[in-house]
Amino acid sequence: MRIFAFIHLLVSIPHGYSNYVETKAGQFFSSGHTNNWAVLVCTSRFWFNYRHVANTLSVYRSVKRLGIPDSHIVLMLADDMACNYRNPKPATVFSHKNMELNVYGDDVEVDYRGYEVTVENFLRVLTGRLPPSTPRSKRLLSDDRSNILIYLTGHGGNGFLKFQDSEEISNMELADAFEQMWQKRRYNELLFIIDTCQGASMYERFYSPNLMALASSQVGEDSLSHQPDLAIGVHLMDKYTFYLLEFLEEVHPASQANMNDLFKVCPQSQCVSTPGHRTDLFQRDPGSVLITDFFGSVRKVEITKDTINLTSPVDRKKYITGFLCCQTNL
Amino acid sequence: WSLCIISTPLIHWTSRSKQSAPARDQFQEELVIRPLHSGDIYASFQFRTLWDIDFLQERQKVSHYRLFPKSLGQVLSKFSVRELHISFTQGFWRTMQWGQPFIPSPPGAELWVWFHDTVSDVDGNWKELTNVLSGIFCASLNFIDLTNTVQPSASFKPLGLGNATDHRFLRYATLPREIVCTENLTPWKKLLPCGSKAGLSVLLKSEKLFHSSFHSQAVHIRPVCQDEQCTSKAWELRQTLNVVFDLYTSSQGKKEWSLFKMFSRTLTEACPLATSSKIYVDITDNPELNPVTPLLSQAVVLGDRRTYSVFDLTRAETFGQLCSLNLLLRWKGDSDMLRPLLHAERYVAGFGLQTGEIHTVIYNNHPYRAFPVLLMDSVPWYLQLYIHTLTVTSKSRDNKPSYIHYQPAKDRHRPHLLEMLIQLPPHSMTEVTVQFERALLKWTEYTPDPNHGFYVGSSVVSALVPSMVAMNTNFTQDQPLFSSFVPVKEESSYFVRVYTEPLLVNLPTPDFSMPYNVICLTCTVVAVGYGSFYNLLTRTFQVDEPSLPLEKRLANLIRRIRGVPLLA
Repeated sequence: MRIFAFIHLLVSIPHGYSNYVETKAGQFFSSGHTNNWAVLVCTSRFWFNYRHVANTLSVYRSVKRLGIPDSHIVLMLADDMACNYRNPKPATVFSHKNMELNVYGDDVEVDYRGYEVTVENFLRVLTGRLPPSTPRSKRLLSDDRSNILIYLTGHGGNGFLKFQDSEEISNMELADAFEQMWQKRRYNELLFIIDTCQGASMYERFYSPNLMALASSQVGEDSLSHQPDLAIGVHLMDKYTFYLLEFLEEVHPASQANMNDLFKVCPQSQCVSTPGHRTDLFQRDPGSVLITDFFGSVRKVEITKDTINLTSPVDRKKYITGFLCCQTNL
Repeated sequence: WSLCIISTPLIHWTSRSKQSAPARDQFQEELVIRPLHSGDIYASFQFRTLWDIDFLQERQKVSHYRLFPKSLGQVLSKFSVRELHISFTQGFWRTMQWGQPFIPSPPGAELWVWFHDTVSDVDGNWKELTNVLSGIFCASLNFIDLTNTVQPSASFKPLGLGNATDHRFLRYATLPREIVCTENLTPWKKLLPCGSKAGLSVLLKSEKLFHSSFHSQAVHIRPVCQDEQCTSKAWELRQTLNVVFDLYTSSQGKKEWSLFKMFSRTLTEACPLATSSKIYVDITDNPELNPVTPLLSQAVVLGDRRTYSVFDLTRAETFGQLCSLNLLLRWKGDSDMLRPLLHAERYVAGFGLQTGEIHTVIYNNHPYRAFPVLLMDSVPWYLQLYIHTLTVTSKSRDNKPSYIHYQPAKDRHRPHLLEMLIQLPPHSMTEVTVQFERALLKWTEYTPDPNHGFYVGSSVVSALVPSMVAMNTNFTQDQPLFSSFVPVKEESSYFVRVYTEPLLVNLPTPDFSMPYNVICLTCTVVAVGYGSFYNLLTRTFQVDEPSLPLEKRLANLIRRIRGVPLLA
C-alpha cells in the first residue's frame, strides 16, 4: 500500500512539474505578440526646438537599450541638432544639463530626416503605402502579431500637431490612419505616446481596438520644457519626457513594471500639466501589460518536446529545414 | 611586450586556418597625416577592398561575400553599375590655406554613377539606385530626381577601366543642403571588414570627427586592372575619410598634435583581415615626430615630392612596449607652402529679388605655363540663366572657350548644364559671369524654411595641371593608396578637380500666412458688408418701447400694488 502510494507520488511529481511548465508557457505567450516595432517622430524644425529632438532621441535610446533593433525602429527627425553649426559640442544631443547624458550616441540610424518628415510620409509609413523603391529601413513592416510603439513630439494644439512649421496633422487623420492599420492587420497592440501642448486632444478621436494612448497634458493645458543649459543656450528636454526617461532608465529587459506605473509618471506636482491616458479601447487590463511588451523586444522561444540526434548530416538538414519552416509560419 | 607577441600570432593563425581556398579578395588600410601650413592637421583614411570577380559578366549570381560588403555588391549587380562615387562632406575645403586634398569633394552630398552599356532605362535605374542608397547611408538621397540630375559630357570621365565614353550612361547629382552626422558615419563604418573594432577604424569616433573644420566620407567603386598588362579585372571598393582638425578648436592654439588629441584613441592592433595596414606621416617640412621610425618613403603626389615616415601596423614592434601607438607631431618653425596652381571661387552679385549675376573666378598660379580647364556648372531651373550675357574674361580681355556644351533648363524638369573648356593664361585670373532671373515658385514647392534660401551646387573645375616634378606612371602593387587613386597617364601633369563654394540664393518668398489672413478678411467683409445689407432687406422692424427711468419704475410698482393704471 505504501509502495503503491509512493509510486503514485513519484508519477504525480513530474506531472505536476509539467503542469507548472505549461502554466509558465501560457503566461509567456499571453500577450500574443511576437515582434516589436517603434515609430519615433520629432516634428519640429529650428535650433530652438532642440528639446523635441532630445525627447525623441531619449525614447530611441531606451527602446534600443531594451532590445528593439534598428531594423525595427523608424526614427524621423525633422531637423539636425547634433551637427548643427550652433551646437557647441558637435555630434552630441544632451538630455540633462551640464551635459550629463548624450542621447545621440555613437550608432544612431535616422531613417527620415530633414525635409522628409512630412505628414504624408508619416501616414504612408503607418499605413504601408510607400513607393516600391523605398528601402527596407524606411518601412514599417509590421504584421498582425506586432506590438508597435508610436511616439510623437513637437508643437501641437487642440486637435492638431504641427509638422515643421508648415503643415498639420489632425486627430481625425491620425484616428483614421490607425483604423487603416487595424483593417490591414498591421498591429496586434499599439501604444501611442504624445508629448505636445494639449496632447490629450490627439487621442480623443481614436476608435480602433487595441489602442492605448498617453499624453503629456490635457486639453487647454500646455506641456512645459524642463531645464535650459547655459552652454548650449536652449531648453534640453520637455518635462514629461524627462521624467519618462528617468522611469525608463530603471527598466531592464526582465523587468515586471507594468502600464499602471507608466501612468503615474510625471504627476502634476512635477510636470505642472496633467498627463492623461486612455485605455478603453485596450482589451487587456493595463496592470497586466508589461512595459517591455512595447518598449522592449522580448524574443519568444518555441519549446519542442522532440529530441533529435544531430550526428547524421541528413537528420541535421531535415531538422533545420523543419525548424525554419516553423519560424516562418509564426 | 610578451602579451603583444602572443596575441598577434594567434590572430594570424586563426585567420590562416580558415582559408582553405585561395582568397580572391584582399583588404588594405592606410592613414596619411599631413601637417598643414596654417597649423591645422589633415588626416586622410583610405580603406581598399580588391575583389577578383565580375558582377556584370558572371552568369551565376554572386553569393559568397567575404570582405566586400554584401549590400553594395547587390546594388552593383542589380542596377548594372560600372562605377559609383558617392561622397558626404561637411565644411568647405580651403585650397589657398590647405593646399590640394587627396580626394576632392563638394559640400553636401555628391553622387555620380556610370552605368553599363546594357542598361536600357538609365533614368529608372538611377531613381531606384538613389532610393536604395538613401536607405544604406541614412541620407535623404531620395531627393535626387530629374530636376537636379545632369549628364556631363566631359567633366566626369570614368576613373576605372572602360573605354565607353557615351555620356548617356552617366548621371551626376549634388545635394548641397545635405547634412553629414553620426547617422551617416554609422552605416559607412559597418561596410568595413573590421567594422569599427580593429585596425585604423577604431580612430573614427564621431565626437571628434565632426568637431573639425572639414569632414568628408566617400565610397568609390570601380573596376581596375590587377596588373600592368591588365590581363584580369578586379572590382575595387575604396572608402575614404578626409578630416581637417582646426588648430584652435581641437588643439587650443598649440601646434602640437597626437593621435590621442585628434581622435581620443590610440592604436593597438591592425585589422586582422588586412594584408597591409600603414600610417604615413608627412615629414617633408621636418616636424618633430615621436616615436621615430626608420621606414621612410618618398612619393610624388599632386605635383610635389613629399617624404613620409611609414608605420607598419602589421608588425608588432610598431606598438612598442605599451602595446599602443600614439604618434606625436610638433612643428619646428615656419615653412613655406607650395602655392596651389589651380584655385576657384564663386559668388552671386546683384541686388534685389528679381535678377542677379553668378561670378566664377578661376586662378592660374603657374608662373609661366598656360593650361586648359573644364568648368562645369549645374544651376537649378528656378534661376533662369541668360546665356547671351555669358562672358569669359582673362586679364580684362575676352577669352573665348574652345568647347561649350550647354543644355538649357526646362521648368520643373531639368536643370541648366554648362560645360566649357577655357584656356587659362599663366599667372592670371579668369572670370566667368552670367546673369540670371529668379523664378517665382508655386506655393507647394517651397521648403518648410524658405527664408533660409535655396542652394546652388558647387561648380566643378577639372584640369590636367602641369607638374613641376615628374610624376610616376609605373604601376606597382605596393604603391601607397593615396597616390594611386587617380590613374597617372603622363609624367608632366597631374589631374586636379577643384570644387567652388555652393551658392545660397534667396528667391522671392510669399508670406505663407496670407491664406489665413485672406480668409479672415474676406469673412469679416462678407459678414459686415453683405450681412448688414441682407438684414436691411429681409428683416421687419418693430419699434421697441424704451425702458423707463428708475423713479418712474418705482412709481409703477406702487401703482400696480394700488391697482391704479400705470405710467407710459
